[in-house]
Amino acid sequence: MTAKKLINRTIIYALLILMAAIFLIPVYMTTVTALKTRDETTLATAWNPPDLPLNFSKFQEAFEYFGPSLGNSFALVGTATILSALLGSINGYVLAKWRIPGERFLFPLMLFGMFLPYQAILIPLFEFMSDLGLYGGIPGLVLIHVVYGIPITTLIFRNFYVEIPDEMLEAAAIDGAGFWQIYTDIVFPLSLPGFVVVIIWQFTQIWNDFLFAIFMTTEGNQPITVPLAELSGGEAVDYNLTMAGAILAALPPLLVYIVMGRYFIRGLLAGSIKG
Amino acid sequence: MRSRNDRIIAGIMLLPSVILILVFVYGFIFQTIRTSMTDWGENLDNPAMALQVEKNFVGLENYRELMTDPMQFEFRTSMVNTFFFTILFVVGCVFVGFMLALLLDMNVKFEGVFRTIFLFPMALSLVVTGTIWRWLLQPEGLNALPNRLFGLEPYTFNWLSSRKRVLEFDWNDVPMYLTYIGLFILAILAFNYFAKRRWRSMGIVAGLGGILVFLYAVGFWENNIWPQLGITNREGTFIPTPEPKGYQVALSGIVIAAIWQMAGYTMAMFLAGIRGISEELREAARVDGCSEFGVYWRIVLPQLTPVAISAVIVLGHISLKIFDLVFAMTGRQNFQTIVPGIMVYGAFDTNRYATASAIAVIMLVLVSLVIVPYLWTQLRSRES
Amino acid sequence: MKRRLSLFLILALFVALVGATNAQEDEDLSGQLEIFSWWAGDEGPALEALIALYNEAYPNVEVINATVTGGSGVNARAVLKTRMLGGDPPDSFQVHAGEELTGTWVVAGRMEDLTFLYEENGWFDAFPQDLIDLLTYDGGIYSVPVNIHRSNVMWYSPAHLEEWGIEAPTSWEQFLTETCPTLQEAGVTPLVVGEAWTVNHLWESVALGVLGADGWNGIWTGETDPMGDDMIAVWDTFGDVLACSNIDEDAAGLSWQQAIDKVLAGEAGFNIMGDWAAGYMVTTLGLEPGEGFGYMPAPDTAGVFMWLSDSFGLPNGIANRDNTIAWLTLLGSVEGQNAFNPLKGSIPARVDAVEAAPELYNAYLQSAAMDWSENTLVGSLVHGAAANERFMGEFGQVVEIFRQAGSLAAANAMSTICIQSGACG
Repeated sequence: MTAKKLINRTIIYALLILMAAIFLIPVYMTTVTALKTRDETTLATAWNPPDLPLNFSKFQEAFEYFGPSLGNSFALVGTATILSALLGSINGYVLAKWRIPGERFLFPLMLFGMFLPYQAILIPLFEFMSDLGLYGGIPGLVLIHVVYGIPITTLIFRNFYVEIPDEMLEAAAIDGAGFWQIYTDIVFPLSLPGFVVVIIWQFTQIWNDFLFAIFMTTEGNQPITVPLAELSGGEAVDYNLTMAGAILAALPPLLVYIVMGRYFIRGLLAGSIKG
Repeated sequence: MRSRNDRIIAGIMLLPSVILILVFVYGFIFQTIRTSMTDWGENLDNPAMALQVEKNFVGLENYRELMTDPMQFEFRTSMVNTFFFTILFVVGCVFVGFMLALLLDMNVKFEGVFRTIFLFPMALSLVVTGTIWRWLLQPEGLNALPNRLFGLEPYTFNWLSSRKRVLEFDWNDVPMYLTYIGLFILAILAFNYFAKRRWRSMGIVAGLGGILVFLYAVGFWENNIWPQLGITNREGTFIPTPEPKGYQVALSGIVIAAIWQMAGYTMAMFLAGIRGISEELREAARVDGCSEFGVYWRIVLPQLTPVAISAVIVLGHISLKIFDLVFAMTGRQNFQTIVPGIMVYGAFDTNRYATASAIAVIMLVLVSLVIVPYLWTQLRSRES
Repeated sequence: MKRRLSLFLILALFVALVGATNAQEDEDLSGQLEIFSWWAGDEGPALEALIALYNEAYPNVEVINATVTGGSGVNARAVLKTRMLGGDPPDSFQVHAGEELTGTWVVAGRMEDLTFLYEENGWFDAFPQDLIDLLTYDGGIYSVPVNIHRSNVMWYSPAHLEEWGIEAPTSWEQFLTETCPTLQEAGVTPLVVGEAWTVNHLWESVALGVLGADGWNGIWTGETDPMGDDMIAVWDTFGDVLACSNIDEDAAGLSWQQAIDKVLAGEAGFNIMGDWAAGYMVTTLGLEPGEGFGYMPAPDTAGVFMWLSDSFGLPNGIANRDNTIAWLTLLGSVEGQNAFNPLKGSIPARVDAVEAAPELYNAYLQSAAMDWSENTLVGSLVHGAAANERFMGEFGQVVEIFRQAGSLAAANAMSTICIQSGACG
């Protein structure tokens, strides 16, 4: 019995470690490549660990190359995340706690936006944004992300607010609290975990977006994914610089994920509706 | 009871979002559909890039062209690629994800660490994933690994530029295959009803099968939905042209990268599903003499079916929309790995915006076929 | 009445004054100037030299150098379209002279006629008439050409040729019967190609070789039948040439620079690429023309110069029109062309620029300038001179059809896109 169990356990851990190793291969290769020069990444040496002391010159180069777009990404994500969380919170509150005519119809209509292939709205989106005078810049991109973020943020907040007992709200209403007062006094203070989930989710989504970024921004306003894709698909590809850039682009969402992984998973699961 | 006044305020607060969604989602979809039925970029007399483009209504002409024009073979390749990509990607993710979830459910130490490792690619941008894997699939990358680890000969496989195609078939034969598949499914159903002695249902199924065979035999698909490809020569005779399609081996690298990115997501879904099954139920089964394997087979697996369906749907719709990953890994000029999302972008080279819109609408329809029934059942089951 | 008149006079004076200050500001421009191009990486320094020159003259103008990487503008053109559709034209953008300029932008009414600029600067004599003709649409001239590149050049490494004991072939016949088997026996790729567009680039040199200059021009005037025997011969030869290449191996993953690298490293014998390759080898790799690398016209195309030209125009509805006009004036000047071209590795579009400062141009460029003035000139297909964008964009599919189904199918496909795009006369 114990011997058999030991063997079982060993197999389980061996499999887990093997899988973890496979999942981490790209991380190793990326890091190692970013810490080397072009001469050190030949067929024979590409997998070798970098020479000591570590060579950070590619990161320096990447910072120069990606600096402006990194700044754009932060500006974009900062604004769009907060705005879409606030909007989602109010929508979720309305849908969870107030009877709205046509709600049964409106909610799925909204949710469909979450799955929309954005190619199907791109060309009209251009025309509309340029009519508004918002094409090409960060503010326009913020608007786009806030709008197309409505379905998921609304969904997460609605599911979250459904858990708040109706009696609490009724009690407040009897005390004379109105729509806003119930929100500010009861719902909002209870919302912190919901906000964390939504903010993390929107942060990673918007940071990682490429489609809107490449279609809807002009030079100088581009978030980091655009120059990264261009560099990697460009001419004489400098993979060392590209990998350093990939790490720069990956770090912010990764840090968020590692620090607040639990909330990230909740956002992830909400994407499959049930949550 | 909360006051009527407040309910009006609540409605007003929801209104901006509703309007934004109506405009940005449904309004724009409507416009794209309309554009797809014009000749924007198709009519040589009206410059496509003019400030005020003259667009004429042409009905379904652009769709017909996508299905029949010999020069639109790239679009048809992109459809075939999407088909294979979706199957491999979904099956791969579900398989790897389920395996990982099972392993993590075995009361392992450092579960959190392992979970973090398997799930972290989800936090990355598809562009980052694509960039990294593009490098890994260079000759210096994975191909050299067996050599570095075990001293084996390095592969010389061209991951992203191979022109090899396996599982070849002719595009013109697709209606035939679909008919076969349809008949096969109907046969299973009919047999099922036969076994249950439900004669009426069996009759209906048999009738459907008959209709299917009839439609195929009279050339309904070829004449209306899936026209045969060919060229009309100068004498006016129609010469059919075969159009070989198949699984492009060059897609494999992209599939692997995509599974690496999304397998953790399926794992998280399955893990949440498994943890949702009460321990008492599993314990009861063990007491009844079920082996540990039996517990998973009899108790856990059936309960995970809804989770698996969710996973398949979400992954499936992601793969129908895939764009960033392919863009970052093989760019826009690679005929082997073309997908519809890239083709929409490619229309900007040739100024064919109406055709691009038609492709986008086809993507939308495919995604809707997957998503709408899912949304409907999800929301209905929630209400009950 | 009198009062009114004086009021009018004061007003007129005021307007005149304001006008005068405006005129003064013209001397000393300010604001921004956004220049959109695909000259990134190795091709960047030439553009930067021009920008430096511009900033010397107009220190108060902030120049935004917007580049989108991707050879031959594959990504840049798509980005440009999104910007134009979005109603946000850059102040000036790079565009190939010829159909790419006229067929897409001029017919769409997006460009301003520059005839006034040509008159002011006396450019009618400075640029060859053939070139001006391709910038002209309906009587207006719509861009200022900066440079001339040659498409039909074959590159090799003299040292390696000596090592293999071969000479550069002057005809496709010779390449196929002598060069290719010899090199294949030596384990060398006879001809290296890269990603999709470089294969198309090879095609236009093969086609020019097989058809000759008149036959090539005939494609665009309708005199050469895209399904005729001559075209079939083009595709057959193209197939034979590709069989001597790396097309089924690593081609799709190689940029043009990497393809050139293979030639220099002795892994491949020859490469056919535009003469920006000379710029890469001289400026980036520091090689000496004739010694570090060798060049000659692509087989069977001696005496014919297949050209392409990068040019910049004046889009309608931009914010910084005066700055752009100053930029275009600089581009068209001898000074501007001589600042740009030696670094870019191209020859000036102006006929009088090289003789003004021959010492700036290396041996390759001097020979190219000579050819430019003496050879028969034909426009490039892949680089926007000969055919409109629809044809250009779909030509890649013709090549793909050829690779799947052979010459006849390709000829068929080409005649289809000829009709669909209206590019063949």
